[in-house]
Amino acid sequence: MSETTYIEAITQAMAEEMARDERVFLIGEDVGAYGGAFKTSAGLIERFGPGRVIDTPISEIAIVGAASGAALMGMRPIAEMQFIDFITCAYDMLVNFAATSRYRVGSACPIVVRGPAGGGVHGGPFHSLNPEAMFMNRPGLKIVAPGTAYDAKGLLKAAIRDDDPVIYIEHKYLYRRIKENLPDDDYIVPIGKANIRRKGKDLTILTWGAMIYVADEAADELQKDGVSAEIIDLRSILPFDEEAILESVAKTNRVVILHEAPLTGGAGAEFAARIAEKAFDYLDAPIKRVAALDVPTPYSPPLEAAALPNKAKLLAAIRELLAY
Amino acid sequence: MIETFGLSRDQLLDIEYYLKLTRLLEERLVALFRQAKVIGGLYRSLGQEGESVAAAYALDFKQGDVVQPLIRNMGSILVAGARPADIIRQYMAKGNSPTRGRELNIHFGHPDRDGFIGQISMLGDMIPVMAGITLAGRMQKRNLVGLAFIGDGGSSTGAFWEGFNFATVQRLPLVIIVEHNHYAYSTPTEKQTLANTLADKALGVGAIGETVDGNDVLAVYDATKRAVTRARNGEGVTLLEVKTFRLKGHAEHDNQSYVPREIIDEWSGKDPLDRFEQLLVENGFATEEDFKAIEQRVKREVDAATDEAEQSPMPSSDEVTKGLFAGDGYWS
Repeated sequence: MSETTYIEAITQAMAEEMARDERVFLIGEDVGAYGGAFKTSAGLIERFGPGRVIDTPISEIAIVGAASGAALMGMRPIAEMQFIDFITCAYDMLVNFAATSRYRVGSACPIVVRGPAGGGVHGGPFHSLNPEAMFMNRPGLKIVAPGTAYDAKGLLKAAIRDDDPVIYIEHKYLYRRIKENLPDDDYIVPIGKANIRRKGKDLTILTWGAMIYVADEAADELQKDGVSAEIIDLRSILPFDEEAILESVAKTNRVVILHEAPLTGGAGAEFAARIAEKAFDYLDAPIKRVAALDVPTPYSPPLEAAALPNKAKLLAAIRELLAY
Repeated sequence: MIETFGLSRDQLLDIEYYLKLTRLLEERLVALFRQAKVIGGLYRSLGQEGESVAAAYALDFKQGDVVQPLIRNMGSILVAGARPADIIRQYMAKGNSPTRGRELNIHFGHPDRDGFIGQISMLGDMIPVMAGITLAGRMQKRNLVGLAFIGDGGSSTGAFWEGFNFATVQRLPLVIIVEHNHYAYSTPTEKQTLANTLADKALGVGAIGETVDGNDVLAVYDATKRAVTRARNGEGVTLLEVKTFRLKGHAEHDNQSYVPREIIDEWSGKDPLDRFEQLLVENGFATEEDFKAIEQRVKREVDAATDEAEQSPMPSSDEVTKGLFAGDGYWS
């Protein structure tokens, strides 16, 4: 066991997979000599050489496209977006080429596209994205969003070993803010499996990414009032653990969905619809959603704080839910 | 005696076979289209068959070389070994086509298994993908070369530029053929670019650029072969402009009303098959009898392929959700 930050967990996962499998390589902007804009790939070029840690021009289409072409040839590329916001520049390549390759022509395209996501660090409109919903309606992709160092490592390893394209959303707010003791032995966290982060009986908070800590704070507060909240850390957005969600709702009969991306058309809408379709009889109150306001993420701290979800907004929604 | 760039008489007749196969297979597809047996659109390469075949003929498929056609480069995948029956099945959306009815026309092929990879419809996207295929080939120490086709219209896309630039910077073993057939759907080249030649696009990224007469089969073979040799020797990317003309509309539904008649007449007189056959006869490589024998063989093969495709079943609707992800065994 050794104490590891979230970002170190990501670096370790890449290094261990590159050591384990010579087909694995990293491609992106400033990932080599500089070690990545956030130092996520620090030390990798020294260890694996420039042939497997490839610095590219500022060309997200080329990064994802070249990763996809190499994947068809049996390689296992990790494509880094310097900020996950720039995945939008490669959206076409991901949703039209990589996502459809197996279904259209039977060609496996096992790439991982990863990069720093999320707000709370005053990154402004183009360095704060939570992109999961943009990809949910494009069949052929998997999407994961770890919230802990343990999951960051285990899910990245699972993504690299997966035979299909995976979008790996890492939250940059968590990079150096959380530390955990991680096992020394090799492990993976299976894609598609949620983690019941806290067991409870009065309501379910369904969330993922950095929002799991907002859920923790709210649950602690509720505890003081004798309310027991269950927290589901979804971890995998696609495929998602429908069974875990439905089981929890069947037990607590109340659910609030919390996510950092804007409300309208967010991933929460799909989960709410699924719960309404499959667990309506178990619900004692309407499904609640707490999410970012429907605006681009603003830069200035008071504006950003107003736009993003937080403990107060979550608690207000939960109080309504309990009072229904 | 004409320079044949190392091609033997047998190889010259082999090229003649692929040229004839491309043309007659397309003519058969037109007949099937008119019988409503082709489900989607039909995109002709009439007048452009020469460069598709000659360029692919410069590759070494035994070495693992990979060609990536666009819609009008059916000739290139025939050279790579694509089966006419599979191509007809694709057009007819059959359940035992290479894509089992999921994809259209020549959008099929696995680079490693088949030596060719079908395009997606977003023009330009295949250039970064071919960069990745050749990057993988280099990592795997396979000494393979990639040949990517793009058009005068497709070379306006951002994906083309990103992939072309990245491949050039990495000195990847990639040859890009810009097929200058003068129209992208209805848009003439002067509305795509003000560059003097499409080969000039190489200047901006530091690649080698060259222009060749696309209706001169041997000239295209020679220019591609030289580019392939440079690529294999680690000398980097070549952008080869082949000047040709699209003698039909964008697809069968398009009557080409936007193209002046005299231009079509002018280019009809430069037919690459006629020119190649004349050259073979004039230089004593072949006789009219040889061409007749090749044509008979091609007709037999196209007939047999048509029968095979027509007898093939449509896909079962039960399969619609299968093969999206690994693990269901659908493609194995």
